[in-house]
Amino acid sequence: MSKAGISLATADPPTPTAPLPRRRGVELALIVLAVLLSVYGYCAVGFARNGAVPPGAAGYGAGLGVLALFAHLAVRFRAPRADPLLLPIAVLLNGLGLVLIYRLDLETPGDEAAPTQLVWSTLGVALFIAVVLLLRDHRVLRRFTRVCAASALVLLTAPILFPAVNGARIWIRVAGFSIQPGEFAKVLLAVFFAAYLAENRGALTYAGRRFWRLQLPTGRVLGPIVAVWLVSVGVLVLERDLGTSLLFFGLFVVVLYVATGRTGWLAVGLLLASLGAVAVGRLEPHVHSRIETWLNPFASIEAGEGPNQLAQSLFAFAEGGLLGTGLGRGHSMLIGFAVKSDFILATAGEELGLFGLSAIFLLYGLLVERGYRAGLALRDPFGRLLAVGLAAIVALQVFVIAGGVTGLIPLTGMAMPFLAQGGSSVVTNWAIVALLVRLSDSAGRLGGRPPSDGTDGGAGS
Amino acid sequence: MTRYIRRAAVFCGLLLFALLVNATRVQVLYADAYDDNPANRRDTIARYRQPRGDILVDGRPVTGSRDTGEHLRYERTYADGPLYAPVTGFASQEYGTTLLEHTEDELLAGTDPRLQPLPLWNDFTRSRNAGGDVLTTIHPAAQQAAYEGLRSRKGAVAAVEPSTGRILALVSVPSYDPELLSGNGTAARKAWARLNADPDKPMLNRAARQTYPPGSTFKVVTAAAALDAGVVTDLDEPTDSPDPYTLPGTTTRLTNESRGCADASVREAFTWSCNTVFAKVGVATGLADLTATAEGFGFNEEGLRVPFPVARSTFDTTMDRAQLALSSIGQYNTRATPLQMAMVAAAVANNGHVREPYLVERTTRAGGGTVSAAGPGQYRQAMYPSTALRMRELMRGVVEEGTGTNAAIRGAVVGGKTGTAQHGIGNSGTPYAWFVSWAQNDGDAEAKVAVAVVVEDAAASRREISGGGTAAPIAKAVMEAVLRP
Repeated sequence: MSKAGISLATADPPTPTAPLPRRRGVELALIVLAVLLSVYGYCAVGFARNGAVPPGAAGYGAGLGVLALFAHLAVRFRAPRADPLLLPIAVLLNGLGLVLIYRLDLETPGDEAAPTQLVWSTLGVALFIAVVLLLRDHRVLRRFTRVCAASALVLLTAPILFPAVNGARIWIRVAGFSIQPGEFAKVLLAVFFAAYLAENRGALTYAGRRFWRLQLPTGRVLGPIVAVWLVSVGVLVLERDLGTSLLFFGLFVVVLYVATGRTGWLAVGLLLASLGAVAVGRLEPHVHSRIETWLNPFASIEAGEGPNQLAQSLFAFAEGGLLGTGLGRGHSMLIGFAVKSDFILATAGEELGLFGLSAIFLLYGLLVERGYRAGLALRDPFGRLLAVGLAAIVALQVFVIAGGVTGLIPLTGMAMPFLAQGGSSVVTNWAIVALLVRLSDSAGRLGGRPPSDGTDGGAGS
Repeated sequence: MTRYIRRAAVFCGLLLFALLVNATRVQVLYADAYDDNPANRRDTIARYRQPRGDILVDGRPVTGSRDTGEHLRYERTYADGPLYAPVTGFASQEYGTTLLEHTEDELLAGTDPRLQPLPLWNDFTRSRNAGGDVLTTIHPAAQQAAYEGLRSRKGAVAAVEPSTGRILALVSVPSYDPELLSGNGTAARKAWARLNADPDKPMLNRAARQTYPPGSTFKVVTAAAALDAGVVTDLDEPTDSPDPYTLPGTTTRLTNESRGCADASVREAFTWSCNTVFAKVGVATGLADLTATAEGFGFNEEGLRVPFPVARSTFDTTMDRAQLALSSIGQYNTRATPLQMAMVAAAVANNGHVREPYLVERTTRAGGGTVSAAGPGQYRQAMYPSTALRMRELMRGVVEEGTGTNAAIRGAVVGGKTGTAQHGIGNSGTPYAWFVSWAQNDGDAEAKVAVAVVVEDAAASRREISGGGTAAPIAKAVMEAVLRP
């Protein structure tokens, strides 16, 4: 392992290198493709349902196109060396999400979610543009470490004061709008973790006792990780939100590992996570039933109570097969509640098939990979950890919800980034992409290649 | 740090890999199992998304489909539902399908692979063919005549074309309207509960799915067996039979409804339906020969389908002589469906050949192209042609001067046999009235129709319910409907 790492690192050209080419034309072409694909999907739904192009097709295409164009212009002027794949992927996923939600709206007349989602998408793109325009250097964010931590805590705990919705206290409902503050907290926490760990990296690598092949951390520095763990468990117990707590904890462990390189942290993290999971799975009925359902999705059918949501979701995926039924021709509505949000992927699986679903997974994979690539190319530890953290958020979130609805892991309510109905989630994800664009622009100016291991202090090597 | 970033990226790559593998598991490997799960409604939704093919009688659909605009979109409708219920059965969203709706379901629903333009075409395009149509052999006028004749009574009629086995009428009364069961709402559930609780069993297809003791109509079988076996050689020779007849090995005395049965000839005994004579003739013929002839007509045959299964008609093969004597006059364990008795009459009219009865003439695509057509069916020799000729004589005698004169038709040759079947513990039940017959127009080469009628009327006295009085007029109406040019 270490040999490979060193040989890779030494093969790198010496720094500094020439900046990357701008590649804005590639980005624009891909955005046009993404918008066209989305419009095509929109039309396909119309043809399948009514045999005609849906009346809103032109407006929808124009709306998405204008949003994407403004975002592109912001990138072109303020982040010219940014990765050209980030924005088109976000546009395509957002556009596809709108198509899927519009398609499901046809089954629920009187409860239309697509227009609202379009408004939120607009807000998200506006936030994207604002971040790209206003945040000239990501290192500025380090000044707001404490603010980030405090506001993240407030956002996380605020919903406890509000009534539970469908068993989970993660919403704030004001004047007809429902907001999931936990979504915004994700980005703030990623910033906080990156800043905190970039500063205290040295202290955290002090070796404690050695256990078999694991170098355990010292007791003194165990404090922060235990604190984060407690907050996660607190979120889980008080808000009954397994997904968010899993995401935060996973994010922290990944960033911590990358910052220190200590496998001991991973061991401690996994131990704490499994402790928490087992305890909560035993004690908390809401979570317990999710695990039971995961172990036997068809138990409710055998009990004569009809298929539960997970069973319906599996039926939808199975119906899709390799090629899918085609947009607008599936019956994922049978899932019922949350079909447009948590279970949106089932519609994609049924109507686009394994091929379409894999393409969506690979789009996310590409987005995450671009994040890591930026992290590799940056030089400052804060920037690197932030890029890794943001990429990890997307990766973990996709895994947790996609694994949940396909029966790989117990189901936890969480929004599929960009695809699922949910304003807070869309806005947050646009912020994540904006930060990644900013980070990749900085990386691009440095040449876009990873530095040799020696330049960053080489903690733990 | 670079190395750890790479490792974290590899970790995320593994998560992606796990998702892809799992998606393949759900969407490909387990897909069939999930698709076939009975709780998965997709098949049901697809099944009712298009109008169902129709069942036709003489070119006119007796079924239809109604667009309800609901989740399960199309519901079955029936024109003359109660009249054709013993043919069509029902097609319910809640309770499944029966009879033709059941046996021809794939064709009607459009899933029959024969409807595909190319093999595997539908699997590839995920489309479903429009439902095909089923053209029946039913003769609408005969069906109507039988239904009218049984109106306000309880019973069944089966009519076949002797030379082919085409079923011309299949009627069961009381009947029900299958449309009541088409939907999946509370109305359908109520109708289902009511029909199942009804002591008259309106959903029972009495013509094909219910057996009755055939009574004296079974004497056709006994006479044919005796003629085939050579036990009787001259129809007009006295049979030296006592009246009453003491069942062999017992002290039970068998009597007659008619007078003049002592020492009667077979012709007289058949014309006036003498129990004593046929009990004696049956015993003289013997169990083996009688069984062989009965089975030649179709008794004891498992798995007769028209194409839905017909109840098995039985003739006991292990009996002592007293039981054989009773069986020879259609009592004891002998039981027959009306359709079976129609086949008996048809065999007599058709030189002793028994044609397999069938109900589906042709099936077609929605556009009219033939999917399948009834070919020349199997036949079996139930008796020698010479015996058949003499049986025709005997049956004509019944109609021309005996117990079945009510079935005589001007301008046609009609042969028949009446029956009154006792049943119940100690024969306490109201007897069933039977009439089996065949008819051919004067000058025609072959008989056009053979009929069996059974009336199980609870409210009539024994005399009135006799086969000749109650059942024969119904048979006559059915035969006239077929003979009418």
